[in-house]
Amino acid sequence: MAPVPPADPAPRPAPPPSPPWWRDRRIVPWVVQAVVGLLVLLLIAFLLGNLVRNLTAAGLLLSWRWLQQPAGFDISESVIPFNAQLPYWRALAAGLVNTIRAVLVGLVGATLLGTLVGMASFSHNGLLRRLARVYVEVVRNIPLLLQLVFWYFVVFLSFPNGVAAIQLPGVVLAKSGLYIAGFGEGLRWMGPTLVNGVWQAPVRLSVEFGALLTGLIVYSGAFIAEVVRGGIAAVPKGQWEAASSLGLSWFATLRRIVLPQSLRVIVPGLNTQYISLAKNSSLAVAVGYTDLYSVAETTLNQTGRAVEVILVLLAAYLTLDLLISALMNGLNHLVQIRER
Amino acid sequence: MSGALRLAALGGLVASLVGCAAGNDAPGSPTMAKIRERGRLVCAVDGAVPGFSTVGPGGAFVGIDADFCRAVAAAVLGDPTKVEFRPVTAGERFVALGSGEVDLLSISSTHTLSRDAAGGNALSFGPVFFYDGQGVMVPAASGVRSLRELEGKPICVESGTNTELNLADRMRELGVSYQPLRFQSGEQAYPAYEQGRCAAITSDSSLLAAKRSGFKQPAAHVLLPELLSKEPSAKVTIQADPAWADAVRWVTHTLVQAEESGLTQANIEARLAAARRDPSQAEARRFLGIEGDFGRQLGLPADFTVRVVKAVGNYGELFERHLGRATPLGLERGLNRLWNRGGLHIAPPFR
Repeated sequence: MAPVPPADPAPRPAPPPSPPWWRDRRIVPWVVQAVVGLLVLLLIAFLLGNLVRNLTAAGLLLSWRWLQQPAGFDISESVIPFNAQLPYWRALAAGLVNTIRAVLVGLVGATLLGTLVGMASFSHNGLLRRLARVYVEVVRNIPLLLQLVFWYFVVFLSFPNGVAAIQLPGVVLAKSGLYIAGFGEGLRWMGPTLVNGVWQAPVRLSVEFGALLTGLIVYSGAFIAEVVRGGIAAVPKGQWEAASSLGLSWFATLRRIVLPQSLRVIVPGLNTQYISLAKNSSLAVAVGYTDLYSVAETTLNQTGRAVEVILVLLAAYLTLDLLISALMNGLNHLVQIRER
Repeated sequence: MSGALRLAALGGLVASLVGCAAGNDAPGSPTMAKIRERGRLVCAVDGAVPGFSTVGPGGAFVGIDADFCRAVAAAVLGDPTKVEFRPVTAGERFVALGSGEVDLLSISSTHTLSRDAAGGNALSFGPVFFYDGQGVMVPAASGVRSLRELEGKPICVESGTNTELNLADRMRELGVSYQPLRFQSGEQAYPAYEQGRCAAITSDSSLLAAKRSGFKQPAAHVLLPELLSKEPSAKVTIQADPAWADAVRWVTHTLVQAEESGLTQANIEARLAAARRDPSQAEARRFLGIEGDFGRQLGLPADFTVRVVKAVGNYGELFERHLGRATPLGLERGLNRLWNRGGLHIAPPFR
């Protein structure tokens, strides 16, 4: 900062008379904000008051004692141990863990699929390019619920059992479940084996989980493919030309030059898709996978505590989505261009 | 202070409005006032259980549960066609009722303490409409003949139902581990079972029989002889409106009393005319609303019983029409006979 020049000896003109407060640009916005804020607060107070009044009238004022009562229903496929004698909060926790399991695997799968398809839409191979377009257009224009029902009832439930099951390297697809090779007893690599007509494998997933996961990955993958395509298209063409003049192959150009630059466009879009995927996972209830929503629905029905159960649900999904958002914002910060 | 005053004023206003709408001396029932104002009854049904409630060939709901809705509409509005059927799942039925979305649940709903109690679901159950027990259905070819043989096997069940809890209880008693496959509604559970995803499916026996009648090969599925529970199911209303609950309760009693008195859809007109001519038929005259003001005491028309029987017939007719031997369900009356014929249905005196 330069030193302040000496004051001008000439007399200054008198400042213009300040406008009345309702036209003062320093005051009016504050007043408007305060009024709007007050209205919003009043609305919230009214709604809450209404809720409490009606619940009191119906004798259903918020209470959380039910969380400690035994749930009474069983959950198969729970990651954390659960049985019917454990309290409702344990059931809800088991449901939440099941939801998180589906969301995490779904995120990874959808990202891989979406990236591959997004890249394929820039391929020199016309067939691959068109296939990618067809996949995206078909999948993202059909409601997810319909797709889940399709995967479950049409695809997964028509796998045969026993010897006739579909056998792929390291994976067996049967109606009774998906059997995947892994490290079994004594950390020995084990593939699926047929014992007395029943498949055994280190990793066993239910067809419900399989159908949910397939549905989520295929659906979100289409949207992510579009995000990736947009990100790649945002990188100036000159970068491709420069890379090819250096003799880099198509794949090397994409991997080393274009994709790193497109990340800053892709990541914010991915965030939205990830959040959608987490929320869409609640459609698991349609294919018999016991997730948080499914447990909450039964809990609600058995306890009659509709408001409390819905509050728990809201809080759980909000937390999950905010966590995903926070992680993605962190990632976004990392991939942004450091401008000098 | 002023808040309390305003509330009191509001309460008075609401009460007076309700009083006006009801249009008679009957105790004010907000639900009945709402139904009359709307001109139709909003009745929740399952909508996918043959014999109980399904969409028939003409697009109208058919079944014993659907007909009960019509009976209530006939009693309250005088017209059995003034019903708006609202199909709901087992999981959402109580919320739909509690929120005022529907006036009445005409779905197989087992009467239990926690559903009834003010500290539980705070619902009001009518008299038992259908005596049932929870059964288990398995494919005949599987050779399974008892619950113990289901060890380690997947069992399909609708989530949010009593059957889900009974299954968990019974399997714990037997010490049998199993995989519950919980589906939100029967529309998913039964196709999954039919496709062979589960070794068994459990629900009320009558529902299993009803669903089986819609299978591609009904004969390929059998019910296990053991029952898991008693399932007395009733029509449900909210506890906050006892006058409405009473009206629905006495519509059920009307159906049973009509069977006991030998009143049918076909002979009701003749019997009514006979009772009008003959003052000595005191009981019939009271039941048919010729003497006394029993209908009015419930907030219903004096001849609501006549309207009910004219609309749907008596309980026995309903049963035989939708569930009995002549239907694809082929259910026995069993416990659902009248009290004087070895069953459990009894109507308290209409006096």
